[in-house]
Amino acid sequence: MTALAEDRPDELEAHFDDTIARDRRIEPRDWVPDRYRATMIRQIAQHAHSEIIGMQPEGNWITRAPSLRRKAVLIAKVQDEAGHGMYLYSAAETLGADRADLTAKLVSGRQKYSSIFNYPTLTYADVGVIGWLVDGAAICNQVPLCRSSYGPYARAMVRICKEESFHQRQGYELLMTMMRGSAAQRAMVQDATDRFWWPSLMMFGPPDDQSPNTAQSMAWGVKRHTNDELRQRFVDMTVPQAGKLGVTLPDPDLSWNSERGHYDFGAVDWDEFTAVVKGHGPCNAQRVAHRKGAHDDGAWVREAAAAHAAKQAARDAGIKPGDTLDGEAG
Amino acid sequence: MTDDEFTAYQALADETDDHRWAFGTGFTDPLEGIDTSVPAGISADALAAYCLMLGDDALIYSHRLQQWMTRLPELEEETAVANIALDLLGQARMLLARAGRAEGAALAGSTGLAGSTGLAGSTGLAGAGRDEDQLAFFRPEHEFRNVRLAEHADADFAELAGRLLIFSAWRLALFTRLQDSADPVLAAIAAKGAKELAYHRDYAAQWVVRLGDGTELSHGRMQAALDSLWPLVDELFRTDTVASDLPGVAADPAGLRAEFDGVLAAVLAAATLDQPDAAPLAQVAGKSGRDGVHTEALGYILAEMQSVARADPDATW
Amino acid sequence: MDETPVRSEWPLFEVFLRGKRGLNHVHVGSLHAADPQMALHHARDLYTRRNEGVSIWVVAAADITASSPDEKDPFFAPSGDKVYRHPTFYDIPDDVPHM
Repeated sequence: MTALAEDRPDELEAHFDDTIARDRRIEPRDWVPDRYRATMIRQIAQHAHSEIIGMQPEGNWITRAPSLRRKAVLIAKVQDEAGHGMYLYSAAETLGADRADLTAKLVSGRQKYSSIFNYPTLTYADVGVIGWLVDGAAICNQVPLCRSSYGPYARAMVRICKEESFHQRQGYELLMTMMRGSAAQRAMVQDATDRFWWPSLMMFGPPDDQSPNTAQSMAWGVKRHTNDELRQRFVDMTVPQAGKLGVTLPDPDLSWNSERGHYDFGAVDWDEFTAVVKGHGPCNAQRVAHRKGAHDDGAWVREAAAAHAAKQAARDAGIKPGDTLDGEAG
Repeated sequence: MTDDEFTAYQALADETDDHRWAFGTGFTDPLEGIDTSVPAGISADALAAYCLMLGDDALIYSHRLQQWMTRLPELEEETAVANIALDLLGQARMLLARAGRAEGAALAGSTGLAGSTGLAGSTGLAGAGRDEDQLAFFRPEHEFRNVRLAEHADADFAELAGRLLIFSAWRLALFTRLQDSADPVLAAIAAKGAKELAYHRDYAAQWVVRLGDGTELSHGRMQAALDSLWPLVDELFRTDTVASDLPGVAADPAGLRAEFDGVLAAVLAAATLDQPDAAPLAQVAGKSGRDGVHTEALGYILAEMQSVARADPDATW
Repeated sequence: MDETPVRSEWPLFEVFLRGKRGLNHVHVGSLHAADPQMALHHARDLYTRRNEGVSIWVVAAADITASSPDEKDPFFAPSGDKVYRHPTFYDIPDDVPHM
């Protein structure tokens, strides 16, 4: 008989550390330290919550989409986001979490979602700008996660990144079309860009010198690059795209620095970021209330389906109402 | 950090032939490459009016489902309902495009008289007919030809399921017959649509059964939902003059009632629900949805749906 | 605030897909459904949205018995009696640091 795992904790930890060091994947039911499990569940869950909450600002414009083709594209995009949320909740559940419990933590504020979705979508151009800037920033964050140490998360990320690359292109193509359209459309694109540029930079999180947990996360293969590295990468990629569109990014300090080989950019308003993360953003209460409302209003439906399934299972097993336990008719 | 990690992102600025956008929502005209000439012997005006009716049913119904997104009881229902909304929107696009082409054929073939498709105020070129967006976004309420069931707002998920069961059972019966239409375009649209509608009917029926035979609360709500919706059923089967002008092309709605009744009876029995005994919703001076006389709901639906398009008629989307 | 962990009303189903050119079913993820028929319908919606799959199997997670991946390894005891995904709660402390 082989020894029980619980008898040899040092060896379990060494095996785990070795897997990480060799850049191999941790899979469901592998032993992991409690802190790793908790951190991983929280990161995956918050990512899932972001996808689900993210359906709202974009879903806001489905019924008003100005052409039938744009409407179809937007419905499909929002549907994809629901799917991404489900893939991610599914990955979190392999670590022992339960989706309803994660939802409860979202609506009570104990778990968070990406702060970008606490901003309102005010015109149809916002749909395009979210595709271009917000999905663009999300991809910068997510592509490295395809090499996350946790297998189910890494695989979900590969699938999500593939689908989100279409979303980005759709958003950018909408903006291209608008910039070649009427004067009012061009003004709408510029206005949306002015409102979403800085919040998109905030998506990468606080500066490295204010992120003390980055070191541990990177040691575990949970995080692959620092916030500032990813933010710089996003700026470098996006500036030429803005030029191609013909929009101005709202940062007078943006300029190419040939010594660094990167774009210099202005200071992010970290006070605004902190306020939004703390719950005072323009849409925080609205987004959470909407999610909570849908979930609460749906309770009777979920219960009915569960009740029906139980009745059906009893019928299939040949149990009739009134039977006693030993099978005699009551 | 390797550059190849960001290939997907960098590809944004590249020109691409890749039309694999979400759900085949490419850039092409929904009927591109298909011969849309109206076959000889078929009234182009009547065909345009008929396709517009069926297209409006799907367009307005899809709008109501779109309003449910992010409000459904479970995430899995979000993907299911979005699929149905997308399918119906796709049917609407094809039917509206076909209506516009037939309208163009009528214009080209006519002596300049405006037909029953409401060509007054058209923004299309003479002989061209309107496109799907001109029809969807620039017609007023009285030119919409959907049945009143399509514009009904679902009070709760039980109404969503009940209304979808009624609508898809009816429309599936219709599309099954239209697969033999003498207009090849309508036949093709119906063949594709029938597969989708079978899936929608199945989804709705499963939910009606779960709610009818679930908890006491859900049973009560499901019965109440059917009772509210039933007055809108008779209108679906009323013979209309447009279909009568298209023998061999359209199908008489009255002929669908028996099949519909059979499906509903089977589902309601499994769901332990009673067939409602409600009187049909009256018409207004003899007119209702097919005549452009709607409920008060349609005005608000169109105000929302058409608002951005109408705000800038010169825009290119 | 009530700290009792919340449980999903609908059980977990694992989804296996065999693609058009595939030889066998592959595990693609999981979803929640009230019954197997709903699970199949939802698996079709969620995992074949790009027409990627042809044959779908859904299995209630509770019905799956699995070995540990490292069973041959002396570190782990044979665990053929445990389910593939252990549906217990992991209560996440609120002080876990943000990324």
